[in-house]
Amino acid sequence: MQPNSSQSHNLNIATLVSVGKHPQSGRVRRADQDSRAVELGLRLTADNPAGLTVLHAGDPAEPSLRSYAGMGLAAIKVLQLDPAADAVAPLGEQLQQCGADIVLTGVRAESGEGSGMLPYQLAEKLGWPIVPRVADIVAVQEGVAEVLQALPRGQRRAIKVRLPFIASIDTAAPAARQSAFGPAQRAEMRVSVIPAETDTVRQSWDEAVAKKRPKRLKVIKAKTAAERFKAATAKSQSEGGRIMKQEAVDEQAQAILDLLIEEGVLR
Amino acid sequence: MSSHDALDILRRDPRAEWIARNRLHPLHGAVVDNDMAEQRGPSGLLRKNPHRIGFIGPNGIKRIDRLKGNAAASVKGRRSGAAQAVQLPLHRVENPDFYIAVVADMVGGRLTSHDKDVLGQAHKLVAAMAGEGAVLTVCFGASKEAHFDTAGVDRLLLLDDEIYDDYCPEQQLAALQQVEAEYQPQYWLFPDSVNGGTDLGSRLAARLHQRPAVQAWQVDHQTTVCRGAGGTVDITRETPRVLMLAEECADQIDASRHEALSVTLTALPTVIAQLQNQGPVAVDPNAVALAEAEFILSAGNGIHDWEQFHTAAAVLGATEGASRVAVDDGFMPRFRQVGATGTWVTARVYLAVGISGAIQHMQGIGQCDKVIAINTDAGCDMVKRASLSAIGDSEAILGELIKRVQAYRAQLSVAGDQDAA
Ligand SMILES: Cc1cc2nc3c(=O)[nH]c(=O)nc-3n(C[C@H](O)[C@H](O)[C@H](O)COP(=O)(O)OP(=O)(O)OC[C@H]3O[C@@H](n4cnc5c(N)ncnc54)[C@H](O)[C@@H]3O)c2cc1C
Repeated sequence: MQPNSSQSHNLNIATLVSVGKHPQSGRVRRADQDSRAVELGLRLTADNPAGLTVLHAGDPAEPSLRSYAGMGLAAIKVLQLDPAADAVAPLGEQLQQCGADIVLTGVRAESGEGSGMLPYQLAEKLGWPIVPRVADIVAVQEGVAEVLQALPRGQRRAIKVRLPFIASIDTAAPAARQSAFGPAQRAEMRVSVIPAETDTVRQSWDEAVAKKRPKRLKVIKAKTAAERFKAATAKSQSEGGRIMKQEAVDEQAQAILDLLIEEGVLR
Repeated sequence: MSSHDALDILRRDPRAEWIARNRLHPLHGAVVDNDMAEQRGPSGLLRKNPHRIGFIGPNGIKRIDRLKGNAAASVKGRRSGAAQAVQLPLHRVENPDFYIAVVADMVGGRLTSHDKDVLGQAHKLVAAMAGEGAVLTVCFGASKEAHFDTAGVDRLLLLDDEIYDDYCPEQQLAALQQVEAEYQPQYWLFPDSVNGGTDLGSRLAARLHQRPAVQAWQVDHQTTVCRGAGGTVDITRETPRVLMLAEECADQIDASRHEALSVTLTALPTVIAQLQNQGPVAVDPNAVALAEAEFILSAGNGIHDWEQFHTAAAVLGATEGASRVAVDDGFMPRFRQVGATGTWVTARVYLAVGISGAIQHMQGIGQCDKVIAINTDAGCDMVKRASLSAIGDSEAILGELIKRVQAYRAQLSVAGDQDAA
């Protein structure tokens, strides 16, 4: 699965990283999908480490950035913004400047709004295609990337897309390598202060700790005791299933095959 | 077959018919349906005449039927057993003042339960807004859904041209933009799902420069509560035009029928896709977690040739499952067990071979769409649950099925080669 070295020696990859939050403890950490994106970036630029740019928009003093750096990055580029600012416009400009071929992001951030809109807005702004939920980038050849997309139920789809493009990395992508403390502390934070517009829409929102959602109850709209009794005791049965009893074995097998084909599960 | 047919016999009650013919019979009033026991009074109140309620029983005592019409309607002659299909009231929207667009996932060509939740939410929004609104449902690809009407679809835009059969988010986005231009829906609702709803919703929101609410789970026409920061915070905000709704965001439609009128677009734009679909990549079906496998071949106590079973699973490309007996007997590993103490599966197609359908097993397959049973016993519970049952020896049927699938595959690859040539 490793990309051929001769194809990717001049590949320019930008990975956007955000601050993660552990789902149970709430502790700040490197975000799961973002670190997988860094991992994929590191693999794609294995023989050209200068080709990978890791970008963060926000606070350069953020400790979780160091755990990305500990994956073996020499530097992280930080666009220092006001915490309430909108990151899309400055990130778009930065990506255009650094001439990225592939931009890797997570699907949804673990902190902040977490709407997963950033890659889409960037794609719209830059006019690039976006490939959502990528599990792997198999090869890049003559300006065309072969991408594996993660589908539900563990399936994969192969997609070809011309550079440059944006890919959001799914949790099905290869797991991120460990972060080492020493290199993390030595990594350089290249900070550039950027004036950006404040995200005024978001200031009118209320944020609170997530409430547990009530489970949907099975409401039985029965009018009489007899109906209620039936609803409580009836077994789940499909109405009018077809039963093939007298038919010959080959007819039965054919009927099963026809149903499987109709449902589209035979690949 | 005998037990099934016996239920459909028309039962007549000659005595009740005789009473109905005899106007002088003391029970005539109770048997004939012209009792005016309830009447609207002059002030509009409902007046009940206690003397007309019920009937006089055989020993001169008044009997009141409290079964509200659930008892045998003796005169009409009833079909016992066969549940009568209730005709739900039809909800009509003649000239809609506005539209709410719902873009359905349509996994396998049918509305998913998530889609139906979103349709329910759409009707909640329609009800809360002034004017008469219609729910416009946009579906891509060929449809096998037969119950758009009871799911709450007022207008149906079915885009089933060949170009939509494949993965084509850019083409779908262009179609949605056309919908936007022609119908100007008040809201765009998408299921927030990995089946494509999230992707399409995000694309449309970016194109329309809207700021969508994602994982929205409490929505009315003013405020929306949605999950943010990986599901750890609730954001309360004004309801945006584009919404991606979480599962169970609203109750599904279950008490009305809708028109499901077909509508079309005046123009169908075609775009040059930048993403070229190279088709699905073969994955080892047994590497897929049982809980999320799409197609499961499950073995029970009725399997005797295990070599053949494993071959069948490989040929069909199905994930293997098992009942508890097959696991306890050591033929299958524990993590393959389906049921209450095993895995709760979500397969779209569940092929149960030699499984009787004990309740502990049925609990595990509650979410499966299509169940196919192969069993020697036509009266077992699995056959009652199945949409297709083949009654016979598992070995013979599986053997035949393997042969036919192999022939089908060979035929496909020959056709594929001819296409390529
Ligand atoms: C607390 C508890 C938890 C349990 N949890 C689970 C669970 O999680 N999952 C589970 O599966 N079970 C569970 N069970 C066991 C469950 O009650 C049943 O015993 C079990 O599911 C029966 O498995 P079976 O259908 O394979 O076997 P059987 O009930 O023996 O059924 C075999 C079927 O195969 C048919 N058959 C026989 N020969 C052939 C042939 N040659 N060709 C075709 N068909 C044939 C028979 O007609 C019969 O219908 C649990 C039980 C308990 C008490």
